[in-house]
Amino acid sequence: MTVRKNQATLSAEEKRAFTNALIELKRTGAYDRFVTTHNGFIMSDTDSGDRVGHRSPSFLPWHRRFLLEFEAALQTVDAKVTIPYWDWSADRTTRSSLWAADFLGGTGRARDGQVTDGPFAYATGKWDINVRVDGRNYLRRALGAGVAELPTKAEVDAVLSMPVYDMAPWNSSSNGFRNNLEGWRGANLHNRVHVWVGGQMATGVSPNDPVFWMHHAFVDKLWADWQARNPRSTYLPAAGTSNVVDLHDTMRPWNNVTPADMLDHRKFYTFDTEPAAASQR
Amino acid sequence: MNKITRRQALGTTAGTLSALGLLGAAAHSATAASPAPAAPAGTVDEVFQGRRIQISPATGGGHHGGHHGSDLPTVRIDGRELHVMRNADGTWISVVNHYETFADPTSLARAAVRELQGAQLAPFAPMGGAA
Ligand SMILES: [Cu+2]
Repeated sequence: MTVRKNQATLSAEEKRAFTNALIELKRTGAYDRFVTTHNGFIMSDTDSGDRVGHRSPSFLPWHRRFLLEFEAALQTVDAKVTIPYWDWSADRTTRSSLWAADFLGGTGRARDGQVTDGPFAYATGKWDINVRVDGRNYLRRALGAGVAELPTKAEVDAVLSMPVYDMAPWNSSSNGFRNNLEGWRGANLHNRVHVWVGGQMATGVSPNDPVFWMHHAFVDKLWADWQARNPRSTYLPAAGTSNVVDLHDTMRPWNNVTPADMLDHRKFYTFDTEPAAASQR
Repeated sequence: MNKITRRQALGTTAGTLSALGLLGAAAHSATAASPAPAAPAGTVDEVFQGRRIQISPATGGGHHGGHHGSDLPTVRIDGRELHVMRNADGTWISVVNHYETFADPTSLARAAVRELQGAQLAPFAPMGGAA
């Protein structure tokens, strides 16, 4: 069984296995297909039309399915690799070991935002940005520039205590847990982290930065944490809602998976914080 | 520069001075007649930080359709179209600043200029092709 671990606890060997698997998917072209898929949904998900990946109730199950597919691709390279999660409410500075040269590399240089250290620096020749919104073909970051502070534990706690999953009009103006977690409303959790990292992470082609997967693995964990804290709450809407994915509707682009299929992450993996994971290791 | 379309040409007329760079980085925007406060901003043609921003107002009625129609303004930076979207609360995002909202298309376009740091937008590709 796959166990997703806090990135801060990974050994040097685990970090290397993860970054090596990323680079291999990049080399084969598989990685860039995930970037293209994400950007396609970013650009077509609208508040007043069909919306699946973002600004809608299926934001969480869509990304869970997207990460599962990506994790399976990583595991074709190295069966031991799982997606680590980045708890940005705890590891919240540019000095975190996450941004060290032996893991993701750090922020970009002032002149052009280019990341110049670590395995994803342009000079390595192994991490060209091919799916892009502008002419720049190197990984960029501007940690803490677009917004100064990452969300705090108190802000996360307040969102986890919201008992209703989502509400009409089921878009970026909704109240409820999903939209406060996605960040179009309230303290702004998920969106703010994209802006804090900056560079490609602030754009529609955000998966170009490997931290995308670790950020979303934590967002995914927060969904599981919310379920544990609100056992009587469930995914909404249930049925008959236009433009959005109801509980038993299928989600594009797979068309064979529903939010209901994605509700229990333990069918696929556990988190290192869960007792079940400890007993299986 | 790309072939000038009729819509671009109309925008150019509204802001010829700034198009010629005579106003430098100072904002110059001519707002077309706006029947309602919720209507998109009007025509803009300005040079901001050395980049030409052109905004042609939406030609369709209202903002309840899909994003492909003319119910959204066309935003160009140095002639390249910037993919923009309007949020339900009236704020704006673009593919360059996707996770942060802006009050109007002009501030959205200027944010994109800052973010681009001189780079050109990739050809407009709604399904996210490579540049
Ligand atoms: Cu995200």
